[in-house]
Amino acid sequence: MATKLDTNSENENPDIGEYQYGFHDPTDKYVFTGEKGLNANIVAQISEMKNEPTWMRDFRLRSYEIFEQKPTPQWGGNLNDINYQDIHYFVRASEGQERSWDDVPDDIRKTYDRLGIPEAEKKFLAGVKAQYESEVVYGSLQEDLAKQGVIFTDTDSALKDHPDLFKEYFGTIIPPDDNKYAALNSAVWSGGSFVYVPPGVNIEFPLQAYFRINSENMGQFERTLVIVDEGASCHYVEGCTAPTYSSNSLHSAVVEIMVKKGGRFRYTTIQNWSNNVYNLVTKRAFAYEDALMEWVDGNLGSQLTMKYPGIFLMGEGARGETLSIAFAGDGQHQDAGAKMVHCAPNTSSRIISKSISKDGGRSSYRGLVKVDPEAHGCKSNVVCDALLLDPASRSDTYPYIEIEDNDVAIEHEASVSKIGEEQLFYLMSRGLTEAEASSMIVTGFIEPLVKELPMEYAVEMNRLIELQMEGSIG
Amino acid sequence: MSLLKISDLHVSVGDTPILKGVDLEINQGEIHALMGPNGSGKSTLAYAMAGHPRYEITQGKIEIEGTDISELDPNERARLGLFLAFQYPVVIPGVKVADFLRHAISNVRNPDRKEGEKLIPMREFRKELRDRMSELGMDPEMARRYLNDGFSGGEKKRMEILQLAMLKPKFAVLDETDSGLDSDAVKVVSEGLNRLSGPEMGVLIITHHERLLEFNQPQFTHVMLAGRVVETGDAQLAAELHEHGYSSVRERHPEAAAEEVVEAV
Repeated sequence: MATKLDTNSENENPDIGEYQYGFHDPTDKYVFTGEKGLNANIVAQISEMKNEPTWMRDFRLRSYEIFEQKPTPQWGGNLNDINYQDIHYFVRASEGQERSWDDVPDDIRKTYDRLGIPEAEKKFLAGVKAQYESEVVYGSLQEDLAKQGVIFTDTDSALKDHPDLFKEYFGTIIPPDDNKYAALNSAVWSGGSFVYVPPGVNIEFPLQAYFRINSENMGQFERTLVIVDEGASCHYVEGCTAPTYSSNSLHSAVVEIMVKKGGRFRYTTIQNWSNNVYNLVTKRAFAYEDALMEWVDGNLGSQLTMKYPGIFLMGEGARGETLSIAFAGDGQHQDAGAKMVHCAPNTSSRIISKSISKDGGRSSYRGLVKVDPEAHGCKSNVVCDALLLDPASRSDTYPYIEIEDNDVAIEHEASVSKIGEEQLFYLMSRGLTEAEASSMIVTGFIEPLVKELPMEYAVEMNRLIELQMEGSIG
Repeated sequence: MSLLKISDLHVSVGDTPILKGVDLEINQGEIHALMGPNGSGKSTLAYAMAGHPRYEITQGKIEIEGTDISELDPNERARLGLFLAFQYPVVIPGVKVADFLRHAISNVRNPDRKEGEKLIPMREFRKELRDRMSELGMDPEMARRYLNDGFSGGEKKRMEILQLAMLKPKFAVLDETDSGLDSDAVKVVSEGLNRLSGPEMGVLIITHHERLLEFNQPQFTHVMLAGRVVETGDAQLAAELHEHGYSSVRERHPEAAAEEVVEAV
């Protein structure tokens, strides 16, 4: 995982490819492949296959009705071409979840080897969940964390094994009627991560989840629920890839986070979907008194991403921060941003958004800063920078600010820059090729975000950006 | 064979011709000064030599050791041994000085290097960078800063000289490297240049001040007016121009003076 720009490494030869995660495994050994299409029977069937309690089955069916009733949103990217009847909503690739990579079916294990997950686990992770299609196929958690009462499991198991904790929070931060895609996820959800960190427990190394779509016309609808109890802290990292097919896949996740008094939680996402995936994700956190919630959100690939991680600052002194980066290439639309809702006094938030568009790609920043009437003394700072690599590409900013209190400090700065002719010339006059120079400028542009990532992810992020830049110049 | 040979060079920016037939020949070990009033085309010559895409060569050619570089990309010119110290170096946020320099010298020292091939070994690079920075009296911490980002005027100029020292070009153009510097900073730049230039390197110093030339005595001084080199002399000519300005040059070359573009104030 070395990058050409990483001067601490002697390995300057990363694999070069268009989209290196575009390979796929055979699907004929799958345990169960649900029929294509969506109706109440399929929703009920998913619930049945998972032996769920009645309340969950009812929740799903109710959510399906909401999904049916809600119109397709027209305010963002083009969602009108999604054919919901041409998608598999539930695919079971293996018998169950394994605790050792050796027990994971060969094809699937090889995929994760190619993605470098087992290697990363050994080196720097406190626990791993690997989801393949609809369900988690591998899971681990360091023993000492389990002993301290940390729960890190897949969401299906959490429903069975921790029913009370699960029911208390599930669907409370993002109810099914929040939006059409939250409703869809609530109806057909499967897999995802469930994390509970008990009061005062600090997890030093990141917990990681890895989501892989393998089949064509697949929908992945994982559901993640994280509860960080009082004074606890945790860092969760998520990565996503999919093969390249001619027809579209749909990824529509719901992520709910609860950070209680004095807790700290950072959720890092590096998504690198192939460019035929619709990526429609609802992510929201509640941060209580003096809690800190951070989203670090990297979006590469996909055909259309619509994602605006939100933080509701519920308790006095809560802080929220979102760092987001989007990279839009040929035929891609990244509609990304953040929401900060100040519900309590003396809360503070910061949004840093960076987007890069090239080869006719389109990126949009869509953000909301909202201050409730009683949220005195709160502060918010929004900075969004867009970098356009060529005249065919496009960038838009849609900032929404709703302030219902007088005693607040809100800042918004936006800038759009073209990749500087002068910067390119300067670097090239020192012997760098145009591609090297562009890559260096882009890497520099996202540096403020990359330096927030764990080292291995920073290296990976730089490498992904370089791969996106390959062959794009000239 | 001369190190640098410019013959009948015509350069336009957009539709505006700026250089109208420049001839210049510089050999190894020589220091040349290029002087002239604002707007006479000095910086245009520097940019055209380095290959800035906005400066179009419409006629004539530029050769380095017999190789015509007029059609080459800036990085190919750099790999042939050409270096331009900029008057206004650009800021490149997020790019660390050391990362940038390691890429640059890897390419310049190994002109056949393909993208993705090995860079110069880290240890070797670090030592060399440390040595050159200490010679120029630079804080080693500067190597970790972002290129020219938040640098003072003096720091930027020193960074240009550091690059010159690291890249060891055959031929260096200094585009008003002394402008905006106090005497101490000019001295640092001059001493740096003195240490670097020698029997191997050819240097063209573009300036309309004289301070830099006091420390770096040119063998030849060229005077530019309205896109042409109208006079060539020795170091004495530079001193005269510094003292008396360009009015006598304009008197001696009324035709060129008539072509001068009057800059809007």
